[in-house]
Amino acid sequence: MAFYQPARYQKPVAGALLLALLALPPALAALGHEFYIGFATRLLIFALAASSLNLVLGFGGMFSLGHAAFFGAGAYAAAICMRAGISEALLALPLAMLVAGALALLVGAISLRTRGVYFIMITLAFAQMAYYLFISARAWGGDDGLPLPGRMTLAGLSLGSDSALFYAALGCLALAVVFLGRLAGARFGRTIQAIRENETRMEALGYPVFRYRLVCFALGGALAGLAGALLANLTGLASPNLLQWTQSGTLLVMVIIGGVGYLYGGVVGAVVLLSLEEVLSGFTQHWPIGLGLLLLAIVLFAPRGVAALFGKAGG
Amino acid sequence: MTQLILEQALNGLQFGLMLFLLAAGLTLVFGIMDCINLAHGSLYMVGAYFVAAAAQAADSFWIGLAVGVAGAALLGLLLELSLFRRLYRRDHLAQVLATFALILIANETVRMIWGAQPVMLNAPDALAGPLEIAGFSYPAYRLVIIAFGLAVAGLLYLLVARSRVGMWVRAGAANREMTEALGIDVQRLFTAVFVFGAALCALAGGLLGPLLAVQVGMGESVLILAFVVIIIGGIGSVRGALVGSLIVGTADTLGRALLPTLLRATLPADTASMLGPALASILIYLLMAAILFFRPQGLFPARA
Repeated sequence: MAFYQPARYQKPVAGALLLALLALPPALAALGHEFYIGFATRLLIFALAASSLNLVLGFGGMFSLGHAAFFGAGAYAAAICMRAGISEALLALPLAMLVAGALALLVGAISLRTRGVYFIMITLAFAQMAYYLFISARAWGGDDGLPLPGRMTLAGLSLGSDSALFYAALGCLALAVVFLGRLAGARFGRTIQAIRENETRMEALGYPVFRYRLVCFALGGALAGLAGALLANLTGLASPNLLQWTQSGTLLVMVIIGGVGYLYGGVVGAVVLLSLEEVLSGFTQHWPIGLGLLLLAIVLFAPRGVAALFGKAGG
Repeated sequence: MTQLILEQALNGLQFGLMLFLLAAGLTLVFGIMDCINLAHGSLYMVGAYFVAAAAQAADSFWIGLAVGVAGAALLGLLLELSLFRRLYRRDHLAQVLATFALILIANETVRMIWGAQPVMLNAPDALAGPLEIAGFSYPAYRLVIIAFGLAVAGLLYLLVARSRVGMWVRAGAANREMTEALGIDVQRLFTAVFVFGAALCALAGGLLGPLLAVQVGMGESVLILAFVVIIIGGIGSVRGALVGSLIVGTADTLGRALLPTLLRATLPADTASMLGPALASILIYLLMAAILFFRPQGLFPARA
């Protein structure tokens, strides 16, 4: 895999897309399709979650099958903040990121001592532990999850309406993508990608490989926590299902579909997967079969992901 | 108390042996071809449905079990020839995506054919009651499962450790390229291993059917347990899978039965009632993380 390099037309396209998205809620409202604002918000949130996994998997080269733990931890942190009376997003969202990031730091510090398949399995094991802990925590709702008393406020403005939450999610995603793009081009991002390509060499050059990886893993966890906190606001519930291993699998599938190691891989993958679900479920209740067949086709015929079909790998 | 501990220990043994049936196939697929198969749990689910359907049609549990296992083996053969063959040389990401897709397809197909409600599978009437030995009573059907599990484990041991095919399998797990270079057709060997693994999955699913509900999604939770087993035992090692299964089966069953009681004796009641179930359900994952940390290759590594 080559170093990440933005395609030449990437910036104008992203800018145009952002403008179009800004106009989306009024347009949908005018057409009487308000229902789709919630769906679009879900897309944005999962795009953020998948992008955070792409940082770990695509740029860091760490195949984690436990990313849902940080996603879910963010959701629970948001719910607990809200119930404790902290409903200001400028305070609660960073707190959720901090909790998820700290959890990722802990998990990473142990897991990153293993390699390959063993890393996949140990991240999975930690995610399963988190899942069962939340299921058994009766103080936090146990099996049923922890409902939120309402939605957060952002700088005093209520996020109660669906379009307000949509803009908040859009802002978070845009900031995250800009951050990830800058990061990929910066010294840290270059180092991380070089470690992905040749760990031994970077070790020999004197880079603290373990620490670089750990920071990357924790950053990915914190961003996943942000997505989880937003999702809890959207659905009004922090559910233990968010931590299930199938959720980690879904996020992975999004990244792989979108394009591992492409800046927009996570975004493209989340949009493609969730839209396919939405469209297929309109045709038949047995839509997972169609989705599964499509995924198989992607594995066999577009091995580098959808984003790779359009953009170049760079380098 | 002795009755409880003895009963739970037997339950743990029975659970562990069933886990072994699942893990044996998975560890070989993983070990020889370095292929992550998330759909292994789906084979278990589909196998259980096959057995249930066949048992209902034939009105006999044993005929149903035989037909269901044969059906699952056939399905395994088709899957290997059509899909898995193309996946071996691909990276783990492609394998995860493809087998995740298989899970989606399998779950929905089963739901389409048999509906969302669990399907009933009854144990043979002769084995429905408990068996009493020296004042200690235990369900007869569970004893039969234990006997089945021990027999299959023994057979598998002989096959892997004593037969020529078993030697090839072990050689393939230890070093695939070298085995190929020595003229063994690893491709064909792997087809056989995959089919055998699918049959073992169906056997476990069919035997457990009367104890657990045969339902959509039953494969996902057990798949993770099978992965825990093969990581603890060492990837590619059948002996490791057996030891790992017994450790996981007993630790999980005894932990769930005894930990809450033990904690209640030492901790305040409300802390214990919250901590007990949580600790019991994460016990095996803690075990796996500890083993990975101290012995990253598992207890019986296949690759020296």
